[in-house]
Amino acid sequence: MVEHRPLTAFLTHLVLILGVFAIALPVWITFVASTHDELRMNQAPLPLWPGEYFLANMKQTLFGSGLSGTEQAPVWLMLLNSLAMALMISTGKIAISLLSAFAIVYFKFPFRMGFFWMIFITLMLPVEVRILPTFEVVANLGMLNSYWGLSIPLIASATATFMFRQVFLTVPDELLESARIDGAGPLRFFFDILLPLSRTNIAALFVILFIFGWNQYLWPLLITTDTSMTTIVMSIKQMLEAAEQSPQWNIIMTTALLAMIPPVFVVIAMQKLFVQGLTETDK
Amino acid sequence: MADIQLKDLVKSYGPTEVLHHIEGDIKDGEFIVIVGPSGCGKSTLLRMVAGLETVTSGEIAIGGRRVNELEPSARDIAMVFQNYALYPHMSVRQNMAYGLKIRKLPKDEINRRVEEAAEILEIKQYLDRKPRQLSGGQRQRVAMGRAIVRDPQVFLFDEPLSNLDAKLRVQMRLEIRKLQQRLGVTSIYVTHDQVEAMTLGDRLMVLNGGYVEQFGTPIELYDRPASMFVAGFIGSPAMNFLPTEISAGHATLPGGGLLPVASSYSGAATLGLRPEHLNEDENGPIAIEIDMLEQLGANTLIHGRLHGTGHSITASVPGHANDGIGSIRRFSAAAELTHLFDTGSGKRLDI
Ligand SMILES: Nc1ncnc2c1ncn2[C@@H]1O[C@H](COP(=O)(O)OP(=O)(O)O)[C@@H](O)[C@H]1O
Ligand SMILES: [Mg+2]
Repeated sequence: MVEHRPLTAFLTHLVLILGVFAIALPVWITFVASTHDELRMNQAPLPLWPGEYFLANMKQTLFGSGLSGTEQAPVWLMLLNSLAMALMISTGKIAISLLSAFAIVYFKFPFRMGFFWMIFITLMLPVEVRILPTFEVVANLGMLNSYWGLSIPLIASATATFMFRQVFLTVPDELLESARIDGAGPLRFFFDILLPLSRTNIAALFVILFIFGWNQYLWPLLITTDTSMTTIVMSIKQMLEAAEQSPQWNIIMTTALLAMIPPVFVVIAMQKLFVQGLTETDK
Repeated sequence: MADIQLKDLVKSYGPTEVLHHIEGDIKDGEFIVIVGPSGCGKSTLLRMVAGLETVTSGEIAIGGRRVNELEPSARDIAMVFQNYALYPHMSVRQNMAYGLKIRKLPKDEINRRVEEAAEILEIKQYLDRKPRQLSGGQRQRVAMGRAIVRDPQVFLFDEPLSNLDAKLRVQMRLEIRKLQQRLGVTSIYVTHDQVEAMTLGDRLMVLNGGYVEQFGTPIELYDRPASMFVAGFIGSPAMNFLPTEISAGHATLPGGGLLPVASSYSGAATLGLRPEHLNEDENGPIAIEIDMLEQLGANTLIHGRLHGTGHSITASVPGHANDGIGSIRRFSAAAELTHLFDTGSGKRLDI
């Protein structure tokens, strides 16, 4: 609905501007905090404009020992760990969901719908609910303090399987038949036709899952004891508590800023496909 | 190129049999049209030949080789679907080349075939477009192109023109016919449109409820329909049917008129009269009380009822007409152009 009354226009803009402000202000403060030295950050009132310690803070955060006086891994290693975890979770989830949706939609095998509902039921069992048994399994498999341990328990995904099932159901049967007449076997059909047709959906899901993986907190906290396996999201929390002296806000905020960059980058890079994937319906 | 044999073909979905003991011999290079109302099993029959549906019992042979168990790709056929089924993410060129690529033909051979087919179908300038950037008619051509490049033994068409507008349909119909004659490939074409069937087919297989009603040339079907179903389906406007009593070479019409028929049959029967075979005759036995006139320019359709009865009847007269509603015109029909059917079974009475 499009309205042209000035009051409505004013109100809608006001709401939008307030919304932008509410989201942008904390980000701005984070940025400002990352440009001052420790001393300034512990004085009231908090600065609202950038200072000149940005590069120094960056250098200390990324490559120094981070927070002084703690035994933290350097932040570049945490970023790498987080990146590895998020990528493994998102690509793993997508690959497995694509294959299971492919099996469920295109193959007739006994208990097909049974398997589908079994997958579906796991929706009710996120990692937080099954955390003890899952920990036990991961520990027994010797996957503590490893990328495998960080990602594998989070990979199986009912939501993504369900979504790809819906996507595949919209692909007309004639395409499959056409491909059969052209001589394409199941795998060829999957790679040559189904995958390219699901491209935008894969991208949309990748964005969502990457952020999901990146933001994991509880699970990494539980299974990593080695500081070299720390992820960035869990370290921010630890930084707040670790130091005995007052928190080094400049370093913490620089870390937070760095932690925001990869998800933002993924969203921006995939924006076009992401929107298409969520909105486009016909094949 | 190849001939096709359908031997005692049956298709069931679970307990319901949808095709009943289909028999048919299709000669090499023939253009066969399967025609019938929607739901009669046309697509199912075609898809069985393609290998997309399993055969419940009976046999399909292409070029003398039993193909029941062969994958579609091994049957050396090409199919054109109603919704074209082009791969949306591939360019026209890739769409046409896909099957050949899978068959591992050399690149230059693939290119040669694609260019050649594109030349024939006049789609050369669209080769690098995606299907969604093409009009319906152009997509139709691409679908045909994809069939042609495979150089198959058999073309299968499933209502390929039903998504096009009327004018384009007529044009594509002619092109498909010309193309088939030029390539000489045995073809099976499914449609529910009797005009399309009559103009395209060397022979027509009329299906009704999973049974073959008649299998013959368009002229055979028009001149000697094997059943009331075929008689009513083929020809436009549709044939008139009247209940009659036959004796001594004459049919007694409802209302009393006596019409000579070329038959020695005697007893009750259904008389079939094509509207275009009714001739105006002041003393004719068929009196039509006019309900409505349909002016088509070259001729006029007179819709009405047999005078004094409730039986509706249509006549086609040349030129214009301006009779009032309720007025009466009289017609007769040549004995050799009348058709008699068994009222119970609907089968043609040929005695
Ligand atoms: N997969 C199926 N399962 C059950 N019945 C089917 C299936 N496909 C087609 N039928 C039935 O078979 C009959 C013939 O269908 P079809 O060949 O598509 O008809 P047509 O193409 O002549 O319109 C229809 O009555 C339809 O309901
Ligand atoms: Mg059909």
